[in-house]
Amino acid sequence: MSGGVDSAVAAARAVDAGHEVVGVHLALSRMPGTLRTGSRGCCTIEDSMDAQRAANTLGIPYYVWDFSEKFKESIVDDFVAEYEAGRTPNPCMRCNERIKFAALMEKALALGFDAVCTGHYASVVTGADGELELHRASDYAKDQSYVLGVLTSEQLKHAMFPLADAPTKAEVRAEAERRGLSVAQKPDSHDICFIPDGDTRGWLSERVEMVPGEVIDHTGAVVGTHDGSLGFTVGQRKGLHLTRPAEDGRPRFVLSVKAATNTVVVGPKEALDIAEIAGEKFTWCGSAPATPQIAFDCEVQIRAHADPVPAVAQVIGAELVIRPVDPLNSVATGQTAVVYVGTRVLGQMTISRTQSVIEPHKAVEPVETTVAR
Amino acid sequence: MAIYLDHAASAPVRATALDAFVAATAQAGNPSSTHRSGQAARALLDGARIRVAASLGCDPIEVVFTSGGTESVNLGITGLFRARRGGSAARVRILATAAEHHATLDTLEWLEKHEGAVIEWIPVDAQARVDLTVLEAALAREPETIALVTSLWANNEVGTVQPISAIAELAALAGIPLHVDAVAVWGHELIDLRTLPGVSALSVSGHKVGSVPGVGALFVSRTAAVEPLIHGGGQQRGLRSGTLDVPAAVSMAAAIDEALAQRTTAEERLSALRDDCAQRILSGVSGSVLCGSPNARLTNNVNIRFEGAKSADMLYLLDEAGISVSAGSACQAGVERASHVLLAMGLDEKAASSPLRITLGHTTTAADVDALVSALPAVVERARAASA
Repeated sequence: MSGGVDSAVAAARAVDAGHEVVGVHLALSRMPGTLRTGSRGCCTIEDSMDAQRAANTLGIPYYVWDFSEKFKESIVDDFVAEYEAGRTPNPCMRCNERIKFAALMEKALALGFDAVCTGHYASVVTGADGELELHRASDYAKDQSYVLGVLTSEQLKHAMFPLADAPTKAEVRAEAERRGLSVAQKPDSHDICFIPDGDTRGWLSERVEMVPGEVIDHTGAVVGTHDGSLGFTVGQRKGLHLTRPAEDGRPRFVLSVKAATNTVVVGPKEALDIAEIAGEKFTWCGSAPATPQIAFDCEVQIRAHADPVPAVAQVIGAELVIRPVDPLNSVATGQTAVVYVGTRVLGQMTISRTQSVIEPHKAVEPVETTVAR
Repeated sequence: MAIYLDHAASAPVRATALDAFVAATAQAGNPSSTHRSGQAARALLDGARIRVAASLGCDPIEVVFTSGGTESVNLGITGLFRARRGGSAARVRILATAAEHHATLDTLEWLEKHEGAVIEWIPVDAQARVDLTVLEAALAREPETIALVTSLWANNEVGTVQPISAIAELAALAGIPLHVDAVAVWGHELIDLRTLPGVSALSVSGHKVGSVPGVGALFVSRTAAVEPLIHGGGQQRGLRSGTLDVPAAVSMAAAIDEALAQRTTAEERLSALRDDCAQRILSGVSGSVLCGSPNARLTNNVNIRFEGAKSADMLYLLDEAGISVSAGSACQAGVERASHVLLAMGLDEKAASSPLRITLGHTTTAADVDALVSALPAVVERARAASA
């Protein structure tokens, strides 16, 4: 129970369903801010108090479990390391993979619980083959199946998402109101919980030495300098401070960040169009497809709030290779691609390689797979 | 109904203390008012003050009512420090033992950060007993730079009773004011300040002996100079302004009266239960180790650590079984951290994250102990599996 409305209503529904429910709030920060001061995070003492109040209202016991050390090792340090390697990580996904449905789930099962129940908008259903499958929630606008794409069959067995069939978030708020939960109108949390002000680059600069370097274009020509390559986002246009205009006078965008050489590569908008993404780190959610080495139709989603697009996927060698029917825009390595078939989450992959639709970008974009961490 | 074995966190309110509280609320009036209503309230308050003073072996004028143990400790330490520094700017050193309660630790850290205090930590041994030779040496070194000494009388987590007479004697010999945190001993051990001339200030708390919560007291010796923290109407020698909470003071007096009246029989009863509880756990659960001193120990304290288990997990499982105990101090965020007391005793982070503190009191029965003892082996086994 984060202290937000979704987990409070999820807990309430689990109680209604007749389960023996215990509220658990995860302490993820060693130094929680004492109060919410314009923060949109979810780990303040105030959030913990909100969660406890919700548990009291539901008449269930409530505990704070300390995962701060694990969270720092597995999520925060990993987040920094990924940026240092020039990739764009998704810490919420990692948190589901390593904390909520791993460390927390393991502890819960060991202590005698049967399942971890959360306020995620996603649905677990039994498929035709009798195996559990993860599907999108009814409320497509709130659907969070993307960040749960990392779950394995074993994890799905012990996961419960009572908000699967919630028609809308507004309905969930109204339900919280009816149930007398004080968090009914609490604003949604956004972004990264450990960077409450949303300034990722500023947060990174306090933890990693920012070394000035060159900004080059897709031909390799130096077109400017930067104060530190970390935190630039693929597709970013603003804040580049380029000194040399492009020959054709058109705007330029960040195409990639080269951690090894501390270089930011920029280029024309077309170079952001990606014809192929691939990665060796992929998992199947629920049962694996029988013949993934034969190309199959699917949809791919590359961000939590992006629209899924039609694609063809195929396991080639050690890689899962995904080719969108129409090019994808602004893809960074490190991001997660979730593969859907209809509403079902089939699997997910950490993108380690992208291929632009145009040649110039490719020419200076060697496959980057061996960055030291 | 939960089996409650966490009296050191807060004791159940004694019926006499509750009755006294309710009766006192019937008396309208501010005890500082001069009219008859005020005088009647004052009479109740003075009665409470006399009884609290009697429990400490001091004069009533030396009792300052506070909101509880933490406020008492803050006033005792900060008040003494500021008064001493006011007398001589060179007096910046505070000598304290490493296993103090957070009320002391955080006050000291604050004074260090904001008022130039220099804290000298006097080590404790593996049983949490303060090292008197280190204290003596620290007192002998440039005594003109020492502001005060502060020490627990008994450790709130592991129950180790300090050689307080010897500490008071050393402080008195050096002419340095001593603050004593006696929260854990009040009602359990006899406190007689007439036999401890070195003590300048001493903190106690009502709810630990079964009064309504929200009230405590600080003994401030007639001869001690203490700067107030709260300013206002000048009540209580100007040391703690604010309208006095008469019903709470009366409740605390009733609680300590009853605790002391029953002390000898309670001591016999509780120490027998304590020893029985500890012995049965130590022999019934492998990898369990008693923390603190086997002899110099509070009559109501059992503290045992369980190798390979985490306090938080055991607390959850016991709670599920309807048994309330703790790991150490109850803290705001509800997160169990490694015990700083066990760390000060030389244990590592892992061992310091594995204790259970079981504290008995006026409502504890043999059946309570039986329930805990029979639940523990399975709880420890499961907790070990959960942190494997």
